[in-house]
Amino acid sequence: MVATDRPHNVVGTRPVRPDGVDKVTGRATYGGDVRFPGMLYGRILRSPHAHAIIKNIDASKALELDGVRAIVTNADFARQPDEEVALGELTANLSEMLDQVIAGTKALYRGHAIAAVAATDPHIAEDALDLIEVEYEVLDAVLDPQEAMRPGAPQLHPGMVTQEVGGLFDGETGEAGTEETNAAKHVKFTKGDLDTGFAEADIIIEREFDTGMYHQGYIETHNGTAMWKKDDRVQVWSSTQGQFEVRDQTALLCGLAPSRVTVEPVEIGGGFGGKTHVVMEPLAAILSKKTGRPVKMIMTRQEVFEGTGPTSGTHNRVKIGAKRDGTITAMDAELIFEAGAYPGSPFTAGAMCAFAPYDVDNIEVEGWDVVVNKPKVGAYRAPGAPAAEYAVESVIDEIAERLELDPLEFRLQNAAQEGTVRADGAAFGVIGNVDTLQAVQQSEHYRSELSGENRGRGVASGFWFNVGFTSAAHANVMSDGTVGLVVGSADIGGTRAALAMQFAETLGIPYESVNPQVVNTDAIGYTMVTGGSRTAFAGGWAAHEAALDIRRQLVERAAMIWECDLDAVSYEDGVLSGPDDQSFTFQEICEQLPHTGGLIQGKADVSPETSGPAFACHVVDVEVDPETGKVDILRYTAAQDVGTAVHPSYVESQIQGGVAQGIGMALHEEYVFDDSGNMENPTLLDYRMPTTFDLPMLDVLLVEVANPGHPYGVRGVGEIPIVPPLAAVANAIHDAMGVRVTQLPATPDRMLELLEEQGG
Amino acid sequence: MSVPISVTVNGRLHELEVEPRTLLAHLLREDLTLTGTHIGCDTSQCGACTVLIDGTSAKSCTVLAVQADGAEITTIEGLAQDGQLHPLQEAFWDEHGLQCGYCTPGMIMSGVDLLERHPSPSEAEIRRGLDGNLCRCTGYEHIVNAMQAAAGGAS
Repeated sequence: MVATDRPHNVVGTRPVRPDGVDKVTGRATYGGDVRFPGMLYGRILRSPHAHAIIKNIDASKALELDGVRAIVTNADFARQPDEEVALGELTANLSEMLDQVIAGTKALYRGHAIAAVAATDPHIAEDALDLIEVEYEVLDAVLDPQEAMRPGAPQLHPGMVTQEVGGLFDGETGEAGTEETNAAKHVKFTKGDLDTGFAEADIIIEREFDTGMYHQGYIETHNGTAMWKKDDRVQVWSSTQGQFEVRDQTALLCGLAPSRVTVEPVEIGGGFGGKTHVVMEPLAAILSKKTGRPVKMIMTRQEVFEGTGPTSGTHNRVKIGAKRDGTITAMDAELIFEAGAYPGSPFTAGAMCAFAPYDVDNIEVEGWDVVVNKPKVGAYRAPGAPAAEYAVESVIDEIAERLELDPLEFRLQNAAQEGTVRADGAAFGVIGNVDTLQAVQQSEHYRSELSGENRGRGVASGFWFNVGFTSAAHANVMSDGTVGLVVGSADIGGTRAALAMQFAETLGIPYESVNPQVVNTDAIGYTMVTGGSRTAFAGGWAAHEAALDIRRQLVERAAMIWECDLDAVSYEDGVLSGPDDQSFTFQEICEQLPHTGGLIQGKADVSPETSGPAFACHVVDVEVDPETGKVDILRYTAAQDVGTAVHPSYVESQIQGGVAQGIGMALHEEYVFDDSGNMENPTLLDYRMPTTFDLPMLDVLLVEVANPGHPYGVRGVGEIPIVPPLAAVANAIHDAMGVRVTQLPATPDRMLELLEEQGG
Repeated sequence: MSVPISVTVNGRLHELEVEPRTLLAHLLREDLTLTGTHIGCDTSQCGACTVLIDGTSAKSCTVLAVQADGAEITTIEGLAQDGQLHPLQEAFWDEHGLQCGYCTPGMIMSGVDLLERHPSPSEAEIRRGLDGNLCRCTGYEHIVNAMQAAAGGAS
């Protein structure tokens, strides 16, 4: 599988990014920057209630306001079937997808879109919202998933019963409950026998944990611009991780064939999973259809918090048993995930990840997907894993402490390795779990002495699948020896560079000779979302295959010029060699192309099924201020199996970014709701993301266990770093103060409560 | 109801009529099509819209356009001079101080102000100076590195 055993010339180096100058000079065009003659501005009226029947919408007064050109509601869209479709890293029901974009008969969370206005000026559109009269019948809201599961709880979707599901992509198993409930879905994975396992244990610890609802927090708010043309073709500009997903979903909801929608490439200001599904694009499209003019919509930050897809708040119970010698004999977990207003939380992924770092004979893990009157959750970096593994790694830490074992030794003793079968039945191939544990164990950080009052050190591990899926690449060879590399992957944090590097490596040409371009959905083959840690992996593979296609064609051309057999021509490091010591450099053959039969293009479509799972182990030192309850991060080291680091600086930066978000989950961030379901902190002042001041330098140990399922040994790197920080920080707090944090974030007020309970 | 103002942006004088409720950030983006000034939060926390007003960094979403009457404003588009990137622009590019690039213009404009005040800043001074600019992608490490590289190169 490995493309070549020679040392790499490009892969593993740290070149500057092709889009760098545009991004440091302000020239890069993000979705919100597009502008067209006659363009209208759209705004959305949102529900002030978390749960209400929409009895009537009267937009007549708003339509009379000078400058208002159109208003749309759910009634302007064709009805959708009650049918499940793939949606980036998650799935969604079509009928629910429409109602999520714009509410149908019920508003199911505060901020649910009710109507959309297009006007000649954004201020007029805003003013028009106040003139739309909506008659609501307010219903009791249910916000807590455990309360939502109880019989008699307010029912979000009348008639809903629990659907039993299989693995992550296995869909429904057919079994459904009979009682009406808000528990939309249930999954259960079993390996061995729990009773046998716990009977063998000398120590059993069972704990329950809660995590808050967190937002991805991308700095760019959502946007969507659409132009519905007279021939019923629609052009869309949207800052999205997946332009093909936006194309398909917009087309579906607008009643068009996907081929009639073209999504244009624009830069994207962060996504982290949150920009993988349509939010406003279909509204802009229908407003454009009604007005005959392009319509642009941009969200405010409050709308982003209230009207997009954050991650699930969770309640998780974990029970682990071990022998005195440190052998884990049984692991049991029940995960309850908030789905928000519609089913589709990452409860299955959470259940599959929870115990993945461990090789244990007896495991049972079940998960629940529960609808509540909160925003419908979306994907957020390793969806489901951070909360699940926070619970598991906290209990692991407690058992190690009780058995007086080093926490890393305890993990190593029970570590999953090649061949280990997970509870969901999948067996691991070549993985770097043990390697990351050892990297931390041998690190200067872990070996250093930590002194000082109220200071502590914690470690935690984590697992994430990573995915493969479909990517395409085209490559246009120019006569000057450069190549335009054409891809369909949104460049969210270095995609252009990472794909161009693998392409240059295979073709044996300098990175600087490759000009990567992200193009629209008509100009490149189907390419799935930039997400799931798949792009450097599958997109890089497509780029590699496109380079191989060019190599084949160049060998043919050289054989034709030299009038020899194909076998007599070889291609190595960008040089063609033939009989009688004849040779062409890549540059020389490119100059020959126009007058020897024409220029050439390479192309490739790939859909790899080998994904290269990722493991990470983190160590953190914290200091707790017993007066204020504030927790400071003193030092942080993250070891991660990255397969092959294509661009080590970008890999480090992905890991540092993931750690920063994980620390936000552990200490700072959380949706705060009042009893009626109003988010009380929908600004970046009160929803507290880490700043420069909250973080130290974040040290990274790149562990390279090459993925045998990729030409360059690449594994996805983006998601796993957000998984370990929650438990690592919680375990460090325990080491510092002797208290177990069972609810995150560990905000100062929660810390003070814990310290007070301990003192009392 | 519009109000006449005159502002000098990136060295060029503009005489404009603006609605009193227009924010400077919107004036720059909509009226002057300088879309390098990004908007991320509307409430002055994220710093993506940072520009220099009379040489001092300010979040342009907290300033009404009418308040900028008579001021000299520098945006990210005005930083490169004579075809040469500003040392901080070079440093953010060279040191990989960005991923998605959305916070970058504001981060650089705050950085310019910071380096004016502290030509050789310590890591702590950099972190204090940039703590009004949120980056969600990088964990800030490469941004701090870029600031240090630019300061080193300038001294």
